[in-house]
Amino acid sequence: MSNKEWPLYEVFIRSKSGLSHRHAGSIHAADDQMALDHARDTYTRRSEGVSIWVVRSSQIVASDPAESAAFFEPAEDKIYRHPTFYEIPEGVENL
Amino acid sequence: MNKNDALLAYALRLGDNALILGQRMVELVAAYPELEEELANANFALDYIGQARMFYAYAGELEGKGRDEDDLALLRDENEYRNLLLIEQPNGHFGDSIAKLVLFEAFYLRQLEELVHCADKRIAEIAARAEKEIRYHLRHNTQWLIRLGDGTEESHARAQEAVDNLWRFTGEMFAADEVDNVFENEFDGPDLYRIREQWRETVAAVLEEATLAMPEDAWMASGGKAGRHSEHLGYMIAEMQYLQRAHPGASW
Amino acid sequence: MYTQGLDQKDKSAPKREQLETPEQLEAFQARIDAEEKIEAKDWMPEAYRRTLIRQISQHAHSEIIGMQPEGNWLTRAPTLKRKAILLAKIQDEAGHGLYLYSAGETLGVSRDQMVAGLLSGKAKYSSIFNYPTLTWADIGAIGWLVDGAAIMNQIPLCRCSYGPYARAMVRICKEESFHQRQGFDILRVLCAGTAGQKAMAQDALNRWWWPSLMMFGPNDADSKHSAQSMAWKIKRFSNDELRQKFVDVTVPQAEFLGLQVPDDDLVFDQESGHYRFGEIDWQEFIEVIKGNGPCNRQRLGKRRKAHDDGEWVREAARAYGEKQAAKAAA
Repeated sequence: MSNKEWPLYEVFIRSKSGLSHRHAGSIHAADDQMALDHARDTYTRRSEGVSIWVVRSSQIVASDPAESAAFFEPAEDKIYRHPTFYEIPEGVENL
Repeated sequence: MNKNDALLAYALRLGDNALILGQRMVELVAAYPELEEELANANFALDYIGQARMFYAYAGELEGKGRDEDDLALLRDENEYRNLLLIEQPNGHFGDSIAKLVLFEAFYLRQLEELVHCADKRIAEIAARAEKEIRYHLRHNTQWLIRLGDGTEESHARAQEAVDNLWRFTGEMFAADEVDNVFENEFDGPDLYRIREQWRETVAAVLEEATLAMPEDAWMASGGKAGRHSEHLGYMIAEMQYLQRAHPGASW
Repeated sequence: MYTQGLDQKDKSAPKREQLETPEQLEAFQARIDAEEKIEAKDWMPEAYRRTLIRQISQHAHSEIIGMQPEGNWLTRAPTLKRKAILLAKIQDEAGHGLYLYSAGETLGVSRDQMVAGLLSGKAKYSSIFNYPTLTWADIGAIGWLVDGAAIMNQIPLCRCSYGPYARAMVRICKEESFHQRQGFDILRVLCAGTAGQKAMAQDALNRWWWPSLMMFGPNDADSKHSAQSMAWKIKRFSNDELRQKFVDVTVPQAEFLGLQVPDDDLVFDQESGHYRFGEIDWQEFIEVIKGNGPCNRQRLGKRRKAHDDGEWVREAARAYGEKQAAKAAA
């Protein structure tokens, strides 16, 4: 008899319409439907959500913190992507 | 039986079913097979206790003798409770609890669906709220019965035994008595004959998916709706009422 | 607190630790000092990881075992409203155990492994839950004193250096805000009730006061491993600091209730602005931690039974889930 625990799922909750789903935590479940039920009963006891996603934790592909310098720092010197980089002349509106 | 007596009796029955089942579930706290199921079942028990409170509060108003939800829940004698025998059966193992919940909730959900459209506004309002809760319970518990039935050899055998053992208590749900009949006629209440047909369809489909056999209808136990209970109820009520009985008139 | 056993020394000396360079340790400490949060996949010293696993799992076990003393009065709650409130609170404890196990799992240990530690008696949980709940007033005392003491410890944990633990604690603290109040409310009503009810409340305070003070763990002088936990910002206040704070806020509440704190040495010190209180019976504390409290065997026995009784159910769900997955793949 196999004696291993139910797979781990990550839970994402949309707290109200118009907002993105946000990571709430994780739960264990033996199948996908059970995972949804467990997410509901664990993470929306105080009406915290209107929509739930669950995904097997083993299915998540994550970036490696050891490579975070190569991964994220190149974006830091591209400040021209941000609107505050640009100077708006006095008197120009609606820009 | 006049219209008002039937309405009061009907509200009390709904309250008693919800309370006694909720109390049975409360007995299982800290003993569920997995932490997540602990949370699920606490939600379900809270739903039942909440429903009991609403039905009792209304029954107390209908009665007009100043009794509140706790007087009705905790200070009546055993033979004044009118819950179904099915509800008061001891918990047994997890499969027994799941089978009990599926058999009852497949009935209760239909009952609530009809009560939403009954002629008594308060009952209809409470039913509308309860219906949403029970729809989710039934789905959750049905899936569990399917998992147990179609899980391992051991779980299949246990689930089948549980269904077989409880089957004799299912007839009482549909055996209309005077309260049911007056409530149906005067308040456009549930048609138990029709509910029975729907219930059989639902339960047959669940059992089939769970690879479980549907028991033959044989002798059916009854008495709960008339206040004639099994021995089990007395102990449960003694425990539940202990503080109210030991400290008469105290506030909590 | 819920993690009193932490003050014991970690005896295992794993090999991974020997591979850690002073530069790595220094860089790690610099991140901690800069109040950066450490996340699951970040590099961390092995000792930091093991300390957290121990603390988080002890905390989780405490939540789970803590359901039992309160559950003892669930079937006998005096009103339906009190029954619902108590059930919601116990449910929160199950949820908090679950959040904490999840936080522990981010450190590379499974829930099964953590639970196995509890069931074997190897892992500890808070000593307080080895005391019996003998009357309904004990439910009030647990909410007021035990949750009150727990909150003292848990609020600083929301700023703990380990991100997943800190986030779990934020959620827990938010949800627990009603727990202490419901306990105080139970006692407030009892104290305003019949003579019998008031005596029940006093008796509960008599029995729960000292064990509540023990929840904060040994005196600072005897708590050798606190220093490292403080440096790592897993712990932010010392045991004695938190205990003093608890006494200072709780004594006036007892006075409000008209209850007598069972300590002849208790006196308010004008100069320091703090209450001075009597010596804790540390022998009792040690015995309870060692397994000789009134309910240690009972609590663990019940947990083991629930776990064993549930095995066929968990197994059935696994088997069904695997069948479904196979069907979907076919």
